[in-house]
Amino acid sequence: MASLLGRFCRKLVVPGSAHGSRMTSTTACGSETVKSLNLYSAINQALHIALETDPRSYVFGEDVGFGGVFRCTTGLAERFGKNRVFNTPLCEQGIVGFGIGLAAMGNRAVVEIQFADYIYPAFDQIVNEAAKFRYRSGNQFNCGGLTIRAPYGAVGHGGHYHSQSPEAFFCHVPGIKVVIPRSPREAKGLLLSSIRDPNPVVFFEPKWLYRQAVEEVPEHDYMIPLSQAEVIREGSDITLVGWGAQLTVMEQACLDAEKEGISCELIDLKTLLPWDKETVEASVKKTGRLLISHEAPITGGFGAEISATILERCFLKLEAPVSRVCGLDTPFPLVFEPFYMPTKNKASSSSSLSSPSKNTHFLIHGFSRLL
Amino acid sequence: MAQHLKSSKSTFLNVLRHSLAFGSPSHASRHLRQKLPHGGPPSIKKVSPNPLTRLCNTMVDTLSSSHEDTNSQVMDFPGGKVSFTPEIHFISESNEERVPCYRVLDDNGQQLPNSQFVPVSKEIAVKMYSDMVTLQMMDNIFYEAQRQGRLSFYATAYGEEAINIASAAALSPDDVIFPQYREPGVLLWRGFTLQEFANQCFGNKSDYGKGRQMPVHYGSNKLNYFTVSATIATQLPNAVGAAYSLKMDGKDACAVTFFGDGGSSEGDFHAAMNFAAVMEAPVLFICRNNGWAISTPTSDQFRSDGVVVKGRAYGIRSIRVDGNDALAMYSAVHEAREMAIREHRPILIEALTYRVGHHSTSDDSTRYRSADEIEWWNKARNPLSRFRTWVESNGWWSDEAESDLRSRIKKEMLEAIRVAEKTEKPNLNHMFSDVYDVPPLNLREQELLVRQAIKSHPQDYPSDVPL
Repeated sequence: MASLLGRFCRKLVVPGSAHGSRMTSTTACGSETVKSLNLYSAINQALHIALETDPRSYVFGEDVGFGGVFRCTTGLAERFGKNRVFNTPLCEQGIVGFGIGLAAMGNRAVVEIQFADYIYPAFDQIVNEAAKFRYRSGNQFNCGGLTIRAPYGAVGHGGHYHSQSPEAFFCHVPGIKVVIPRSPREAKGLLLSSIRDPNPVVFFEPKWLYRQAVEEVPEHDYMIPLSQAEVIREGSDITLVGWGAQLTVMEQACLDAEKEGISCELIDLKTLLPWDKETVEASVKKTGRLLISHEAPITGGFGAEISATILERCFLKLEAPVSRVCGLDTPFPLVFEPFYMPTKNKASSSSSLSSPSKNTHFLIHGFSRLL
Repeated sequence: MAQHLKSSKSTFLNVLRHSLAFGSPSHASRHLRQKLPHGGPPSIKKVSPNPLTRLCNTMVDTLSSSHEDTNSQVMDFPGGKVSFTPEIHFISESNEERVPCYRVLDDNGQQLPNSQFVPVSKEIAVKMYSDMVTLQMMDNIFYEAQRQGRLSFYATAYGEEAINIASAAALSPDDVIFPQYREPGVLLWRGFTLQEFANQCFGNKSDYGKGRQMPVHYGSNKLNYFTVSATIATQLPNAVGAAYSLKMDGKDACAVTFFGDGGSSEGDFHAAMNFAAVMEAPVLFICRNNGWAISTPTSDQFRSDGVVVKGRAYGIRSIRVDGNDALAMYSAVHEAREMAIREHRPILIEALTYRVGHHSTSDDSTRYRSADEIEWWNKARNPLSRFRTWVESNGWWSDEAESDLRSRIKKEMLEAIRVAEKTEKPNLNHMFSDVYDVPPLNLREQELLVRQAIKSHPQDYPSDVPL
């Protein structure tokens, strides 16, 4: 189903914006009013709507009261009051633990972790409490109302502790969902879905795009379904899979490859756990080649899961090994960031070096130095 | 809130002083005068013909703090006013005396003179005592069942029956419980049957937890008792969030969470206490300080005067109670609950007790403590005998009632085990349900794979799990 819909989605490139407006199956076309928003404003809008539509919903975390260090919570405390939108002490395990308790009582708790780099003190609460709350109780209890938001990813100057992409740790935890939007419009719809999903969700926001990405975002209340990947660019020679800010990079790589005559199909995974294998599988069965790209370090990264699954399902259709273009196995460096990052040159280097014919194994060798 | 008012008053005061040319040094330049004796003329009161000035003078007098003499100055920092002292003095790491322990009954169950306590009716007292006996007998029989190989695991609450039952008795059914794992008595008080306990321990299809967890990991949404998780102290911040929810919903109820002396060392304890104070959450933190965290005595656990003194560090009202005194426990929890709900505040209760049993059936505590010590606590400081004496002194109990109760419980327990043992296990599909609200595709696929494997090699799989 998802793959079918994916075929009908077209990406319109709007000059000057990171991602064009698009129509998805879940949004109304034509008469909706849209506004040009950046990522943090889109998220802010989603939070306003969430709090408006459910009186038993709460937003809290460090510095959330004045609007947050990334302005995502602007105006919420003024509008909904300090009892529902508030600062917490500086303690991630407390923030998430408190959120679990609120959610366990049937509330929606939208919790902010200031940087994904700081989420680890809460890992015990997420893995041993949130993820298992429903299962261990035999469905007598659940904390599905919990959503944990955290900015993740490279920002150009973040270094070790303001740039991490920890999604792989969380994808290994049955019982939670992991969602990563690529753009303002996607973020609003996915965040509302995450908040309203009856399961605890970890929602990573690409901080690089908070101001950088501007897009036409519908003003109304809309949701984008979880666990449905989207083909945002159709192609026939190779499938590329990514999420979050990395898709911008991959898009550029696709444009470059196109000049060489290589037709790229680009998929936004959106939800990493549980992930939409069917859409990726259908695409790879068509193209015969897969390249996965993420900022997180390559070893043990989520690309490995996608690679293993696609190998199992599409082995006989593959014309080349699955390739991963990812961050390196180092702590995220400051001065060396441009060398660390999985840039479009790394993605397209081998494809432009080799023959453009789709019969050659143009993906194999260019990435060996990265693996 | 009040702190902000105080500091804005002082700022206002200083501004007023400046504008009226009073002599006191300004707040901002005080740091420049550190090496000089306190400078500036004393404040001069002038009766001014100017009504605005007169108004300001009056306001200054009203707002003035009384500590503006040469030896201690009062200054504002963020967070409020604090007195200065020229003496270098470190607060001692502990008080001279340990915090006293509240009790009502002496070791022999006699009511102490001048003891303050919340009275209990005959009905409540008899139910309390009966439930303490039931808890102890349930523990005996389940423990034996494990030794016989009929149960995989068990953990007793020996020595802590008064904490379990008396605290439950002092609460209302709407108060939500976040247990550690040694508080099944709270469930028992609320009406969880011996059969229900047995079902969970045997992991059969009637277990509300659907056979997913080890024995003693009980939970009951009907009885407002959140399911046990083995991780230590993780329930504490959850309880604070739940308490906040109760406050916001305007409920006449609080959250109550239990943990041990060991649990108070976990980061989640500190996180939860701080949050509870800041969020003004109606939550009771009940610490069962039973002297041991498996083999670790409290001397290896902390160097404070127990757990009760930690309350003050977070701005939380606290009390130390004799956990083996059912009346004292009842009263302390009763009062704490009222304060928590009425004043929207957390309360810390440190219940001193002793873990008479082993940590669990996987532990033999004689390896790290003397059998004599265990025996002494079991006999001389037994919570059941102390309370029984008091209940009997009111004419509410007798030997006959005791033997009737014990024979009834024994019969019920053996029957509960018999039934639980032969009830079939939950269906295999319950391995995959409830991970999420609805099983996602990957789990549906995995179930098919597992079922295929069972079909091809049935002898490799337990036959008591229905497919």
